[in-house]
Amino acid sequence: MSGKPLSVIGGRAPRIDAWEKVTGRATYADDLTRPDMLVGAILHSPLAHARVVHVDTSRAERLPGVRAVLTARNSPSCYFGVSPARYDETLFCGDKVRYVGDEVAMVAAIDRDVAREALELIRVEYEELEPVLDGRTAADPAKPQVHELYPGNVSGRVEQEFGDVVGARAKAYLVRTDRLSNKMQNAAFLEPQCALAEVDGQGRVTLHTSTQSPHYVARTVAMVLGLDEHQIRVVLPRVGGGFGPKAAASTMEIATCLLAQRTGRPVKTVFTREQVFLHSRARHQFFHEMTVGVDRDGRLLFLDHEALLDGGAYASFGIATVYYAGSLLGGPYRLPAMRYRGTRVVTNKPACGAQRGHGGVIARALFEMQLDRIASELGVDPIELRLRNVMGAGESTCNDLNMSSLGMRECLEAVRDRSGWATRGEHKNPGKGIGVACGFFVSGAGYPIYRSRTPHCTVVIKVDEGGGGVVVQSGAAEIGQGCETMMAHVAAETLGIPLELVRVRAGDSDLAMDLGAYSSRTTLMTGHATKQAAEGVRDQILASVAEAMGVPEEDLTIEAGLVKVRGEPGPFEPLRAEYQKEHRGWKTPDAPFLTFLEASRLAFLDKGAIVATGQYRPPPLGGKFKGATVGTSPAYGCSAQIAEVQVDLETGQVRVLHVTAAHDCGKAINRTQVEAQMHGCISMGLGEALMEEVVFHPDGTIANPNLSDYRIPTALDVPDIDAIVIESDEPNGPFGAKEVGEGGIMPVIPAILNAIYNATGVVIDELPASPERILRSLRKGE
Amino acid sequence: MNPHCPAHPSKRLLSVTVNGQEREVAVAPHRTLLELLRIDLGLTGTKHGCGQGDCGACVVLLDGLPVHACLVLALETQGRQVETIEGVADGPALHPLQQAFIDAGSVQCGYCTPGMILVGKALLASTPSPSADEVRAALAGNLCRCTGYHKIVEGVLLAADRMGDGNHDGEEGSR
Repeated sequence: MSGKPLSVIGGRAPRIDAWEKVTGRATYADDLTRPDMLVGAILHSPLAHARVVHVDTSRAERLPGVRAVLTARNSPSCYFGVSPARYDETLFCGDKVRYVGDEVAMVAAIDRDVAREALELIRVEYEELEPVLDGRTAADPAKPQVHELYPGNVSGRVEQEFGDVVGARAKAYLVRTDRLSNKMQNAAFLEPQCALAEVDGQGRVTLHTSTQSPHYVARTVAMVLGLDEHQIRVVLPRVGGGFGPKAAASTMEIATCLLAQRTGRPVKTVFTREQVFLHSRARHQFFHEMTVGVDRDGRLLFLDHEALLDGGAYASFGIATVYYAGSLLGGPYRLPAMRYRGTRVVTNKPACGAQRGHGGVIARALFEMQLDRIASELGVDPIELRLRNVMGAGESTCNDLNMSSLGMRECLEAVRDRSGWATRGEHKNPGKGIGVACGFFVSGAGYPIYRSRTPHCTVVIKVDEGGGGVVVQSGAAEIGQGCETMMAHVAAETLGIPLELVRVRAGDSDLAMDLGAYSSRTTLMTGHATKQAAEGVRDQILASVAEAMGVPEEDLTIEAGLVKVRGEPGPFEPLRAEYQKEHRGWKTPDAPFLTFLEASRLAFLDKGAIVATGQYRPPPLGGKFKGATVGTSPAYGCSAQIAEVQVDLETGQVRVLHVTAAHDCGKAINRTQVEAQMHGCISMGLGEALMEEVVFHPDGTIANPNLSDYRIPTALDVPDIDAIVIESDEPNGPFGAKEVGEGGIMPVIPAILNAIYNATGVVIDELPASPERILRSLRKGE
Repeated sequence: MNPHCPAHPSKRLLSVTVNGQEREVAVAPHRTLLELLRIDLGLTGTKHGCGQGDCGACVVLLDGLPVHACLVLALETQGRQVETIEGVADGPALHPLQQAFIDAGSVQCGYCTPGMILVGKALLASTPSPSADEVRAALAGNLCRCTGYHKIVEGVLLAADRMGDGNHDGEEGSR
């Protein structure tokens, strides 16, 4: 970008949190303990839909060792949720329960055994109601209403039209309509949610919680408990994965704070694996129908898209999800006309929310499958068809998303050239197939979840008083994706110092503000703020050096921790002499240049604390239509993948043999971490394509709320992956960087399904593509 | 049968060697090894992921072999050797597997990492130069949602390579 060669960014330095994680010293929420700490436990509804007639907690309250019992009767009744326009949850169910797992009561007790016994002593009288369990019929007028806020069981409806769909359809050479649905997913992060709350002498609450967004959690806790935001501090311990569901504040987090308030003692609550499934908030069940038209050459003319989302009992992120399901089809191909009608219904199942790729994943899967079928009907190579349609940098979609950079063509060409694509027709074994797909994703949502002109993040960098090191302070959420390592890279690069001199303290609402780890936003947004703060402290330090040396400030640079005057040492000896005088008996620098250690100490002696702040707020983005904000972003990452599969024609079992993946991340802050995100995306997408499905009994209970029956990929399921990093140098990104964490999941499902189609001719219209479904389709085709 | 604890009649005395140190603990009969390690001994490096033996986050070595600590009763470890992630490094010197996990980028959220390293250690003890397929088979009982396993497999292979050379980590290579 600046033309200056990069020394830290673009390399493969180890993550800054790797050492603590390989030694077992990394501290997650459930590893925390406090003297006198109580254990919190939640009573969940065993019924999918029922009126709560009476809750009797008297026996639980009398049990020795129980310190507090919460129900709707003695807890705040304030509605909360994710989007303020859809606040629809309360801490505990007052009048009725809406899914198996809905929270009815909570206890704090001296240990887990007592807490469990107390839950068993709570008597709840229910009056069963007919549950609504199928999203496809939830909006029928005959169905009972799940939630008083959603007449007709519709919690979100979108109608958008861009360009002239009807006119385009009349001109189309080829039009086809296809359908695809998936099943409710579970994010299956390894660490179950856990929260520890404590209250200090001033009544200030500190909540240590396994969240993706300390900021949203702090706001929600404050609102529900009637506190000001400064009276709640949310601190992130190490977090064992999030992938979306941990981005929303939960009853568990808020009520754990309430129990700490009521008892005056620290309280810790940890979910079992079953509770992770009950709470869910993961990928929705989507039912998509798309009609696509192309001209004689395969150029896209229009997309007419209808989607139904089964959202479970509450809105969670769902209003954003239903918008994303439409808006994220605007690119990465030139699509002149698009109509979208999306409906999100509520049902008596766990609430669905955001999961990696958010609302775009299943929609993308169907659209990319249609492109393959169109290619096949036109007799055009599927990659060639895509290349005829890809957008380039600077273009905008019909729904006003601007691709400030877009290496889509480069990604496609890279996977074509590095895979077995060219020879795919030769030596074809029965059941072996190859498929391609593309996708793109936001580098951070253009707007926060609540309406505000708030900065999306702030960063504070403070230089050590003794000189030498800097501390980056941030509210960003390190959930495993590597954002602390990213911040360290950006700070070190900007300051011109080695990575080892940077420490990162993140995920603490007392240190700085950050919207959190969602919408693939942290590298671009928090990266910008980090860069700005680092420039601030660098300038203060160099101003002191310039004055002391009597040289112009613009002649000074810091490279690899050494201060240079137009590349030369400059008159630094008097400064070194002063430093040495201060440090008699110490080992002091002997480099032939002034070191960052000496320069930063000098600046402290001159000015006191050297602190600078940075912030990031995207410029106004998007069109003027309703819902125009969802899908906007300062930049878009994109990817292409080719999957090679072997389908066992006897059993229907699909084995993914190899994936060639290319992702345009703008600029790799750390190449190893970019590849790691791509690998994780492919693994999760593979699971969704072939095996993952939350199964419900007819009464609305989950049949497989565990990790042996809800199958996620193991080391034996994930194939060899060739991960190719494409760098398009994003003008709106720090050092040219944009997202990789979520966009990489977009092509996975369709690349695998297209490979299955290529291998067998089987068209999958229902995910996951399990052996049973493949066999059924194979037999139908015979 | 472990003797009753005189001070706590509901508990029994357990004597077990954890990371080379003999420990004596009074435990309830239904205490799991995972609870013993995390709650009684404060060794929180061993993670609780599911409590059902499905995820592998709690894997430790019992007499050198990987077990799910959530499925083993504490009293079953009487007189035996338990190794947890805290015992893998030799003082400040990391085990080659730990160093390889850092260098190969095998770590993301870190929740599966302790179990992965212990399974890797047991594998390399019996199969010092495994193939990638052998590593994948060994790790098949340990779930990871972040990495797609790719760099974890690379990490184990890198450690095997370095331990085979016997030099990169000094004496570590002979462990």
